Amino acid sequence: MPNFSTNEFKPGLKVMLDNEPCSILENEYVKPGKGQAFNRVKLRNLRSGRVLDKTFKSGDSLEGADVLDIDLEYSYTDGEFWYFMDPNTFEQHSADQAAISDAQKWLKEQERYEVTLFNGAPLVVAPPNFIELEITETDPGLKGDTAQGGSKPATLTTGAVVRVPLFLSEGEIIRIDTRSGEYVSRASKS
Amino acid sequence: MPTWEPSAQIADLRSRGSLLSEIRGFFETRGVLEVDTPILASHAITDPNIELFAVPTGDSERFLQSSPEYAMKRLLASGSGDIYQLGKVFRYGEHGKKHNPEFVMLEWYRVGWTHYQLIREVAELLIIHLPVSSWQVWPLPALFEHFLGLDPREASAEQLHDASITAGINLNGTLEKLDYIDLLMTHIIEPQITDWGLVFVTDFLAEQSALSRVIDRTGKPVAARFEAYFQGVELANGYWEECCPVTLSERFNEDNKKRLARGQVLRVPDPQLLHALESGLPDCAGVALGFDRLLMLTLGRDRMSQVLPFDWMNA
Repeated sequence: MPNFSTNEFKPGLKVMLDNEPCSILENEYVKPGKGQAFNRVKLRNLRSGRVLDKTFKSGDSLEGADVLDIDLEYSYTDGEFWYFMDPNTFEQHSADQAAISDAQKWLKEQERYEVTLFNGAPLVVAPPNFIELEITETDPGLKGDTAQGGSKPATLTTGAVVRVPLFLSEGEIIRIDTRSGEYVSRASKS
Repeated sequence: MPTWEPSAQIADLRSRGSLLSEIRGFFETRGVLEVDTPILASHAITDPNIELFAVPTGDSERFLQSSPEYAMKRLLASGSGDIYQLGKVFRYGEHGKKHNPEFVMLEWYRVGWTHYQLIREVAELLIIHLPVSSWQVWPLPALFEHFLGLDPREASAEQLHDASITAGINLNGTLEKLDYIDLLMTHIIEPQITDWGLVFVTDFLAEQSALSRVIDRTGKPVAARFEAYFQGVELANGYWEECCPVTLSERFNEDNKKRLARGQVLRVPDPQLLHALESGLPDCAGVALGFDRLLMLTLGRDRMSQVLPFDWMNA
């Protein structure tokens, strides 16, 4: 990978810092009239998601990180790895537990996920913002009770537990916002 | 994305025009002569921390000036008396929230004055335009003692490195001693003097003297320099000028040694400046003030692009 100098640190650039792939969020140039110039940089560690501040002497450089975001279709898991397929090339990628992390509770076969590949291997799997999943277990629905406010826990096919309105029952398909983990609406029956 | 429209609001550009003319009025009242020296000249500054735009001129190259200092000193040496210049200067690669590679500098010189007298005049000018009525003077060692509990003159590079870690700076690699002073000043001290009003910092390290003279301060050498800060933003940098051509020639050579060590291109020291000093530069103090920053602070803008007709990205 090529090296990038501080003046090329643009938001979105992927670089290696202390052997970790990072994405640059902000880069602020600081310099006394007479004196050394610095770049105050905010980066996100792509593996841990943590944001850190780092100060560089202007002109310092970092190696680019071989990082690529692609859309892959989830296929199946063997318990150790989660397998994804590139719908264009049919190439298969296997993600480990660390890469799946929080996305595990939103995994649905044939659904598309944004997978960040680092050196060709999945580093992070991000679910779509909204996903439709079936309720497998919840208290019986209360007919006619569509009032706002009342909610109950419901377990979904993936094992995720979300709070849903009281009128929903097992077997129904609901739409969830994966960023907040909150119920959005009933999904239209296909 | 570049756009045809101005970077600044038209109302702010009106303020910009007014400020330019008010500054000229300030100096006219005080009998200081306006000069306009060349922007594109055969020689330029040797400072390793200032890079230049070199312009090819057929068989050689010239440099867009990073400050009118050298030419103004040649005028002073030929008997101009008090002079000021309000014009464009250029610094390669200096682009950010508070930097534009092309900017307006106000620079002036007072013959027979020390930097202490000049601090008073800088304050008198700034108080007209900034929401502040008084100022304070802090020697750099006192400022470091106050915020970091160390004397920057005595501290080693390692001690300054440790202080930067303690202060929460996550630095990539290590620095030379003087660069740590700049790091701590920009990262730790500037953000903490934002509500101190107008602050003049004096008594810099002898190694930071640049073109100022080095004087004795209670048995220790300090650079007879000052910098003006308002709301933590560096606004001006002034010197009680060093007049000795031999001393300056040595400093230029030191600059080039540093440039060589860092792999930077060398700069030939300006022979005309040195000749002028040999013929005799009168005792004087001079200061350079960032006009665009003053306008930013006057209008309460936090990006320089907001006070420029067209900033670097749209120029």
